[in-house]
Amino acid sequence: MCGIVGLFAKSTEIEERLGAHLGAMLVQMSDRGPDSAGVAVYRDPAPTGWCKLALYSRDPREDWATVAADLRSVFGGCEEPDVRASHAVVVVEAAADDAARWVHDERPDLRTMSAGRSIEIYKEVGLPTDFAVEFRLHDLYGSHGLGHTRMATESKVTTEGSHPFSTGLDLCVVHNGSLSNHNRLRASLRREGIEFRTENDTEVAAGYLAWRLREGATLQEALEGCLSDLDGFYTFLCGTQEGFAVLRDPIACKPAVLAETDDWVAMASEWRAIAVLPGASEARMWEPEPGVVYVWERETDRAAVAA
Amino acid sequence: MSTVTTGVEVVDLAVTPLRALNQRLHDLAREEGPTHWRVVNPNGAHAIACGLDADVEVEIEGHAGYYCAGMNKRATVRIHGNAGTGLAENMMSGQVVVEGSASQSAGATGRGGLLVVHGDASARCGISMKGIDIVVKGSVGHLSAFMAQTGRLVVCGDAGDALGDSIYEARLYVRGTVKGLGADCIEKELRDEHVVEVAELLKQAGIADVDPASFKRYGSARQLYSFKIDNAGAY
Repeated sequence: MCGIVGLFAKSTEIEERLGAHLGAMLVQMSDRGPDSAGVAVYRDPAPTGWCKLALYSRDPREDWATVAADLRSVFGGCEEPDVRASHAVVVVEAAADDAARWVHDERPDLRTMSAGRSIEIYKEVGLPTDFAVEFRLHDLYGSHGLGHTRMATESKVTTEGSHPFSTGLDLCVVHNGSLSNHNRLRASLRREGIEFRTENDTEVAAGYLAWRLREGATLQEALEGCLSDLDGFYTFLCGTQEGFAVLRDPIACKPAVLAETDDWVAMASEWRAIAVLPGASEARMWEPEPGVVYVWERETDRAAVAA
Repeated sequence: MSTVTTGVEVVDLAVTPLRALNQRLHDLAREEGPTHWRVVNPNGAHAIACGLDADVEVEIEGHAGYYCAGMNKRATVRIHGNAGTGLAENMMSGQVVVEGSASQSAGATGRGGLLVVHGDASARCGISMKGIDIVVKGSVGHLSAFMAQTGRLVVCGDAGDALGDSIYEARLYVRGTVKGLGADCIEKELRDEHVVEVAELLKQAGIADVDPASFKRYGSARQLYSFKIDNAGAY
């Protein structure tokens, strides 16, 4: 079944309490996905020349200070790790690919859940209520975030098999549905140099988008490509550094509700997850049309890059 | 001694399990009880007030989840909020009113009664309807009235793509624009008896500010469901 939530802040009040709101939305989706829960939050972009990694360890007593010290000795700079339950976020003076490769080669016991400048992915097996407390979602401010509650169908219930999935810098996908051509697509994407770490179908969708974006497509174009290249049923919520996008398959059998106020844009599998947001009763609400890409992006970052 | 009361029976779903509420409502088919119910803190729970078979009124104070008032018989269920997928699915009789919007497949396979949506309904509204009447104050999404067999669908706003695809004998009235008609669904002349029909349905739905003569009528071209050998290629 699975539940999806997303929140895009348009006011500082919402930005400051983004994690708390996202957590409340996630808890409403508990019945749809009691197997695991996860969020991707975009916040505190790393300075130029630095990157941000979200790392996961199976060892509850992981010595994150040593991980940071090792990264510092290799790359020159690494801020103190921000530890949340089984995850830690490190900001490293390196290109994201280089830092992630070091983790992959030197610390194979760790997993890089996300890499980029702003993205932080946290995900774990268990109920959303427990997840929200263990990962202290209430103090995660940010510009926008995505969340997922999983009822597993295509692969095992593990931390790695939980959503959101990221296979590109600052890119992530949460998914409600299931894909039927993921094995073949995974094989062809591997030939294009996209790396996969699970047997999960959603990771293939994330990899497909990463590949299309790498080849120069816009987020809109990459998502439109899903309509012809992915077989199966899906509602996708896709996060980038600038914002997020929603796409439902051409039949639109998986649910999705969108709502917007002056303060936020929200997406969820069911209205009840949006109803917990401030001002929800006055929000403009609609259900996204099948095969239509809806994108919300923040202009400031792009403008900054252009300048 | 009669147990019929004039007061309102309040059930708080934050305290009472959903199954206990539904069981009490089901019991009304066999034994007398309160005739007016208020359900508070519904919090989008699924299957609220399903399978009723009694002349009672149930008010839901908030948002309902999937399949609210499914299989309804005789009862009036009013939702003071939005409703999820499958609202009043397979309704037999009675009335279901949602003051907000309804998600996909509202009134699906309904056999009788009246469903009123004061906001928008989304995709597949009235799919496979078999006698239910549906009045939507706002708009409906794609594939509404798909394979609709009989009954009336009145849409005061717009309709999405593929309206009335593979329709049988249901009558569809849309006041706004129709993004696209489905296979074998065509626009038909709005005659006086149809204006009377729409006026009556709007009145039943409590909608006074919409002109019944401002609708267009859609229905079956009867080229698809009555099998013709010339259509063999369409299957």
